[in-house]
Amino acid sequence: MATHRIRVAVNGAAHENEVESRLLLVHYLREMLRLTGTHIGCDTTHCGACTVLLDGRPVKSCTVLAVQADGRDVTTVEGLEKDGQLDPIQEGFYQEHGLQCGYCTPGMMMTSHALLKSNGNPSEAEIRQAISGNLCRCTGYVNIVKAVQHAAAATRAR
Amino acid sequence: MSTDTSKPRTSAEIGGMGHSVKRKEDPRFIRGRGNYVDDIQLPGMLHMDITRSPYAHAKIKKIDTEKALKIPGVLAVITGATLEKYKLHWMPTLMSDTQMVLPTDRVMYQAQEVAAVIATDRYAAADGAAAVEVEYEPLPVVVDPFKALEPGAPVLRTDKPGKKDNHIFHWEAGDRAATDEAFREADVVVKEQVYIPRIHVASIETCGCVADFDRVNGKLTVYMTTQAPHAIRTVFALVAGHVGLSEEKIRIVSPDIGGGFGGKVPVYPGYVIAVAASVVIGKPVKWVEDRMENLQADSFARDYHMTAELAATKDGTMTALRIKTLADHGYADAAANPSKFPAGLFSICTGSYDLKHAFCEVDGVYTNKPPGGVAYRCSFRVTEAVHAIERITDRLAQELEMDPAALRLKNFIPKDKFPYRSALGWEYDSGDYAAALEKAMDLIGYDALRREQAEKRKKGELMGIGISSFTEIVGAGPSKHFDILGIKMFDSCELRVHPTGKAIARFGTKSQGQGHETTYAQIIAEELGIPAAHVAVEEGDTDTAPYGLGTYASRSTPTAGAAGAIAARKVREKARKIAAHLLEVSPDDLEWEPGKFSVRGAPQKSKTIQEIALAAYTNHPPGMEAGLEAVDYYDPPNLTFPFGSYIGVVDIDRGTGEVKIRRFVAVDDCGNIINPMIVDGQIHGGLTMGMAPALLEEISYDENGNNQAGSFMDYLVPTAMETPKWETGKTITPSPHHPFGAKGVGESATVGAPPAIVNAVVDALSHLGVKHIDIPMTPEKVWKILKEKGVAE
Repeated sequence: MATHRIRVAVNGAAHENEVESRLLLVHYLREMLRLTGTHIGCDTTHCGACTVLLDGRPVKSCTVLAVQADGRDVTTVEGLEKDGQLDPIQEGFYQEHGLQCGYCTPGMMMTSHALLKSNGNPSEAEIRQAISGNLCRCTGYVNIVKAVQHAAAATRAR
Repeated sequence: MSTDTSKPRTSAEIGGMGHSVKRKEDPRFIRGRGNYVDDIQLPGMLHMDITRSPYAHAKIKKIDTEKALKIPGVLAVITGATLEKYKLHWMPTLMSDTQMVLPTDRVMYQAQEVAAVIATDRYAAADGAAAVEVEYEPLPVVVDPFKALEPGAPVLRTDKPGKKDNHIFHWEAGDRAATDEAFREADVVVKEQVYIPRIHVASIETCGCVADFDRVNGKLTVYMTTQAPHAIRTVFALVAGHVGLSEEKIRIVSPDIGGGFGGKVPVYPGYVIAVAASVVIGKPVKWVEDRMENLQADSFARDYHMTAELAATKDGTMTALRIKTLADHGYADAAANPSKFPAGLFSICTGSYDLKHAFCEVDGVYTNKPPGGVAYRCSFRVTEAVHAIERITDRLAQELEMDPAALRLKNFIPKDKFPYRSALGWEYDSGDYAAALEKAMDLIGYDALRREQAEKRKKGELMGIGISSFTEIVGAGPSKHFDILGIKMFDSCELRVHPTGKAIARFGTKSQGQGHETTYAQIIAEELGIPAAHVAVEEGDTDTAPYGLGTYASRSTPTAGAAGAIAARKVREKARKIAAHLLEVSPDDLEWEPGKFSVRGAPQKSKTIQEIALAAYTNHPPGMEAGLEAVDYYDPPNLTFPFGSYIGVVDIDRGTGEVKIRRFVAVDDCGNIINPMIVDGQIHGGLTMGMAPALLEEISYDENGNNQAGSFMDYLVPTAMETPKWETGKTITPSPHHPFGAKGVGESATVGAPPAIVNAVVDALSHLGVKHIDIPMTPEKVWKILKEKGVAE
């Protein structure tokens, strides 16, 4: 199996690693970089638990090869908090009880965070469509929508 | 205690019952700092992957591991022959049946474990699992449970000496003769075949473990996705005691769990193989299943074929209920039920109605499918029971041309008849079913909806309104009747208050998202006035937590929550004596309010719980032990009976058959509420897991036993797009026997929602002669009915 030297910026920190061609980005993050906040929930790209931002765009990292991230920027859930300040999306999930077991939460927040960057005042329908690629079994989505609305309002108020 | 505590007794700073305290577990989860099984990385850790059978029933002729062992990184391949040397190739199930860990002779379901590969990393393990070569000789497959009982059907459990058929058990409850008599005398009888297909909990985190055997100390630690860590520890000690595992040297750690819903109760073969591998190799072994393995091999839920009959007078008084059920258990009865209940608590099927006569019987049968079943976010077999009674009730309403709400109100057990002994032997603790239904009808605007429906019908639009008025039965359970493999189903709390007035409370249950770190702290806060923020809650480590039976079937608040309250009251009683000593009065002269004792008549003379805690270590009364702690093992005197009424409004698309839930109101009654925010969250989630099987989810098999929904491509879990904006309401009818009047609620909505949705869809089509539709009501299924009735577009 061929290996490649890749350089990836993850949450602003530069990493240089030797990886197999077939190494998935999610395994690179979780096992090589020990950033275990990004989770694995399926094997058919449905659940979205593995969602991270690749150059600011949400992607399912189980369906991206580590080599595809060479030379690019990755943001994971660990990169949301800045200097001890929670991102509005994290605060929104906490205030609105948008999580229960917490397993889908990192992926859900990364997708929502990206949504709010492109749409600062999304409607309920727009939120539900944006997170339609992130499955949750615990919450029934009602409070997740509220969490995103909370974050949107907080961001607009800043 | 049965007073309604809907208005909090404690301040927001203390955060006792009734406060929507923000969750204490959230800070780590929102930062991605949870500690789930697959996050655990130990030095020298190996990875395990499993080779699985493509056949549903086959003899194994040969297993060739040569190619697998040549793959770089692969260290070992474990087969049934390996485990047979340690007599670990078969294991007992929770229902005293047996199932294979790894086969030595034949496989019994598609995706059954056949060999396990141990490697230095997960990719090599996967390569190894793909390289194991197995030669199979296919055998005739038994998929249809009815055919499985026909004479001449292939006998599946040839491992059981003398077994000549596929019948597992027969169970019944009620008076058959009196019920049959009531049916003969009835004015009206309705009968319906109601099938609830196999489904899967599909929590976003799959199952797995890290088994770590320390050779030096002879200690086994297993980090495991389990809802019942103590039971697992004892099972391992009993099953593997002969290979040297001793219970004081087994530690099960249930870390953060990404959803359980009953699917993480069973002992899966993967866990046992990983433990065996770690013991033999002396290194940690991690096994985490992927989603396809999870859907295809884990324990299923449901799969009940029911024939339900309801007898009534012509004015709509229900007189008798009769249900006959065939239960498809797969190739082993690995149901996660209390041991004396092979059909769980199915006899709750008389539901919310005052039925004088009832009889139900369940026959379990073996088929070539994965073993089970588990209680997918419900109490044991209660979803099946409630689905049957709520569907047959609507059938009766349809037959009598009576409004389904009116029929229910006419037949509800009246609120002054509680505690109520049902015809099938349960003593319901409390209920006010009419209040819940009337509230739901009010919230949804029932009368206006019926008028709208009449108008729409004239225009050919298909709109339906469906009701479900369920009674759940949770909190297993009293030691007289409830045990798991002989271990009684009490639960426990160990509470210790520190010198600075903070506390730690450990419990025998295990949250998988239900928020126990918050709600249990609130219980202690309510009883002692120590702020919930100052009470650390721990669960899941069998080395430190008191013995308990775990979290499933909505049992935690009724059992462990009760233990927490009683332990706190024991602490309060000792605190009273310390306060009396400090204030130099008799303990009887003291009055308690949350957080402090004051002298009766001289309230300025008081001691806070914090001052008392400090005194317990610095100035304890002579003759009394120092410290301030208590343990309680709570044996519930009865189960608790949460209930509710749900009403859904659906519109059916005549072009696609799609069922759109326009509105859904859920009124729940779980007695006194600890944290309203958390209760609402549980209901939203439960409603979604009730809608899912009603409209989307099904695991079916073709005639060769091939799983038709083995990945998320075919097993459809609701997204935010399909899920409506649930509306919730509450009534509060406390449980008279529970220490703080609570009942348990986490799963009520999964139980109550499906029949409400089916009732709504049938209601939309009843004028066309439709009487029943089996779930899931997929667009294809509904459209076929529309076409048949001539209304498809």
